[in-house]
Amino acid sequence: MKKSQLFFLLILASILVFLPQISSEYVTDWLTKTMIFAIFALSLELLVGQTGLVCFGQSAFFGIGAYTAVLFSAKVDHTYLGYLLPLAIFAAALYALIVGALSLRTKGVYFIMVTLAFAQMAYYVIHDTPLGGGTDGIYLYSKPIIFGDLVLEGSICIYFFTAISLFLVLGFLGLLSSSRFGRALIGIKINELRMRAMGFETYWYKLAAFVISGAIAGIAGFLFAMKDGFVNPEILSWHVSGTVLMMIILGGLGHLRGAVIGAFTYALLEEIFRSEIIFGSFSKNWHLGLGLTLILSVALLPKGLFGMRDQLLRGLSLDLGNFKKPPKTKL
Amino acid sequence: MKLLKIGMCLLSIFFTETLVFAQSNTQLKIGFMLPYSGTFAALGNAIENGFTLYIKENGGKLAGREIVYIKVDDESDPSKATDNVNKLIKRDNVDVIIGTVHSGVAMAMAKVAKDTGTTLIIPNAGADAITGPMCAKNIFRSSFTNGQPGYAMGEVAAKKNHKTAITLTWKYAAGEESVKGFKDSFEKGGGKVIKDLTLPFPNVEFQALLTEIAAAKPDIVYSFVAGAGAVKLVKDYAAAGLNKTIPLYGPGFLTDGLLEALGDSAKGMLTTLHYADGLNTKRDKEFRLSYAKTFRLQPDVYAVQGYDAAQMLAIGLKASQGDVSRKDDFAKAIRSATIDSPRGPFTISKAHNPIQDFYLREVIGKENKSVGIASKSLADAARGCNM
Amino acid sequence: MDFFTLLIQVLNAVQYGLLLFLVAAGLTLIFGMMGIINLAHGSFYMIGAYLSFGLAPIVGQTIGGGFLVTLVVGLIFAIFLGYLLEWLFYSYLYERDHLQQVLMTYGLILVFEEIRSLLLGDDVHSVAIPDWLSASIQLGDIMTYPTYRLFISGMCLLLAAAMLIVLTKTRLGMMIRAGSVNREMTQSLGVNIQFLYRLVFAAGVAIAAFAGMIAAPVTSVYPGMGQNILIICFVVVVIGGIGSIRGALIASLLIGFVDTFGKVLLPNVAGVLMYVLMATILLWKPSGLFKAGS
Repeated sequence: MKKSQLFFLLILASILVFLPQISSEYVTDWLTKTMIFAIFALSLELLVGQTGLVCFGQSAFFGIGAYTAVLFSAKVDHTYLGYLLPLAIFAAALYALIVGALSLRTKGVYFIMVTLAFAQMAYYVIHDTPLGGGTDGIYLYSKPIIFGDLVLEGSICIYFFTAISLFLVLGFLGLLSSSRFGRALIGIKINELRMRAMGFETYWYKLAAFVISGAIAGIAGFLFAMKDGFVNPEILSWHVSGTVLMMIILGGLGHLRGAVIGAFTYALLEEIFRSEIIFGSFSKNWHLGLGLTLILSVALLPKGLFGMRDQLLRGLSLDLGNFKKPPKTKL
Repeated sequence: MKLLKIGMCLLSIFFTETLVFAQSNTQLKIGFMLPYSGTFAALGNAIENGFTLYIKENGGKLAGREIVYIKVDDESDPSKATDNVNKLIKRDNVDVIIGTVHSGVAMAMAKVAKDTGTTLIIPNAGADAITGPMCAKNIFRSSFTNGQPGYAMGEVAAKKNHKTAITLTWKYAAGEESVKGFKDSFEKGGGKVIKDLTLPFPNVEFQALLTEIAAAKPDIVYSFVAGAGAVKLVKDYAAAGLNKTIPLYGPGFLTDGLLEALGDSAKGMLTTLHYADGLNTKRDKEFRLSYAKTFRLQPDVYAVQGYDAAQMLAIGLKASQGDVSRKDDFAKAIRSATIDSPRGPFTISKAHNPIQDFYLREVIGKENKSVGIASKSLADAARGCNM
Repeated sequence: MDFFTLLIQVLNAVQYGLLLFLVAAGLTLIFGMMGIINLAHGSFYMIGAYLSFGLAPIVGQTIGGGFLVTLVVGLIFAIFLGYLLEWLFYSYLYERDHLQQVLMTYGLILVFEEIRSLLLGDDVHSVAIPDWLSASIQLGDIMTYPTYRLFISGMCLLLAAAMLIVLTKTRLGMMIRAGSVNREMTQSLGVNIQFLYRLVFAAGVAIAAFAGMIAAPVTSVYPGMGQNILIICFVVVVIGGIGSIRGALIASLLIGFVDTFGKVLLPNVAGVLMYVLMATILLWKPSGLFKAGS
């Protein structure tokens, strides 16, 4: 790992360990929510940033992970984490397998639309049929047992569980991207035809990326269900898919760190725009600020916040060796 | 590094917000989580009006504590509900939460209230689960359970010897529970529901379903929709000419507060509700006069529910001497009280839901006039509540 | 189902399909010609609906006209808005990749929704059907069909016919069709592509807004109405084939039927049906039913 990556991880770890000690429960919950979104963003980063597959239906895997967790949690007794979490991941990954297998036959904007369609399908199944409990959502009546007497409930417990999950996912994706598989994905993003010419069966690589991405989104969904104790069909809506896409663009495509930064940035922006202290009565129109930020950031910062440093330096005409190297996925 | 600094700066905004809302002990913070936009906006406003009216009548104080309000627009969106109510409880540190209209949103609120122990008084949402498996010592309802008005209407329909009915509602908890209430009493009385038609919330394209109703030719139609959706339904129903041959029955939400917008299309409609116009009791007349003077509007059932939520809060606070943390005293006082409501006196059940009379109302002119009692002292089933 | 019910449901399906077509036509043309995925297209529909709600009293007071005058005024406003938007915003999107277009237009949706919220509020409003269209036609003994819905279908057909004539019989139409098949070639033939784009974009916006205006009395005016129709229109465009007007028409009618009859026959799965249809067609014909330019 490069020094900057290690540095990033250490800073992140220290913030995350330090903050709950000094802040209110509200802030702790907010951090938990943001970390869940960071995991969600990382899952999409694998698809969009590394493999070049613009998926507009990521909310489906997130939602399926969350709903599986709720539906399979016992009403009165406690369920075991070791059973519930893998189940949620499996459900999300299974749907990703189906969606991927079918969508990867299309290209370009059709691919974007088909992934959207599959997410909408999942949304309507949950929204309209008795399977998902209907439009009002369903309660999580019991929290899972981690082992022995330790139950996954309470702000702090869920917070640290989420933080650990975030680091595990980061570690996993980091290893993945420096592996042969990860390099192949980047190659597919840059020029698929060339990869095929070199003998890579790109379809299977893309499908594998899809399934892994779906599984990670499922983890995020599981954590979300645990945190709120309540899920409803809106978590599968295409707005959620749009939001997570926004996060990885804000942070910077092609970097795993970018996804995390993007998630935190989005969450901070949301809090700022919704804050009545700054915006007074306009705080209820916070989407306006968000929309403008998105437009400006895509227009002016196409490489996201992560690329801001490079862009600034380029703007100031300070040439650094980094620029000449070809794009690599960094942590 | 820059990012880190910026991040810390921004995070400190949270802390500031938490500090700014640091409470002074003599103030009682009430958090309104109501729909201030969308299809239920008028209902949210009416509830707030009713509630603040009672507080105003008591000099702006309850149990000696000055009342301060914090408002959040829940947009009738269950997906934002948990975040919104968490903000009220954990960031703004409210003492009591009043809300809401939409059952799905209320369900999310009830979960958080149950987990955190914050006092919650629901001035409308009738989801069965809230006084069912989600019931709690600190959760109260000043309105109704979704099945109640439907049950009352079913009894009326059966007594009038109608044999077949089609139900029409939005596909969400409130709609399903209302229809179930109707079905229970209608079928017990010898009728049969031949079809259940639904529309996703808050869609108002009733046309295709009205066509189906016309084709199936039932004796009556029972429908539950509310707010702007109710206006559309009743108007479309009349425009399709169906009101001449197949009477439209429903809970009072179809017409309450909406007669101005409905005009002639609602003429003669029969509905059941725990409130009506022209009740002619002293309490109701006082309330209506006071409301009309303060807000220059006629009150409706939503205003009454808001008003009674304030009454319940007052009773509880009096017993616990203004201290919301004394939950047992608070709950005991409300449970044993008879609330002197403009709708008529009512008590609450063990599951904290009103046990009340349901009036049969007919739309005469610009009023939902009470033409008798449809169901006396109707309680809710409260299935699954272990309190 | 007896004959009259079937007839009514067919009329409903056609009316819904035609309305979809108006919005989808603009979307497919913009996409086909200029290569822009415009997620904000649904917002134009919403703008149209809110225009008919907001302009009605103003038109009544100043010019003294009724429903039709409001429609015309709204149409002019929409053309103007479209022209302005293309010049200020969309012209910068041509060179960008799909992902950036998706994101920027998504941001635009948010901006439009909030501006609407600031200017016209968040309440649900009904728009009155003009008196001369409020009658109903008697069909059979109990059924009636609102004349206004026939009016909607009629107007849509009129516009569709107008579009067809312009596209196939005029020189302008020829340039548009050429531009949607091969941009560079058309440009190199001396056509002022800049002006053409702006015109097509403005037309797309205007047609979508018009659809919103005439639909408002039937659907009511509410926040989020643009986004519901957006997704459906994307499904239409993808099924019909990007850049193909004929494809948009056929796909809209197809969706109109699937949706209307789905709601009646299979209400539990009605929402999913449209997407199942889209997935099936795409798997059979990955580029939609028709090619661009038809």
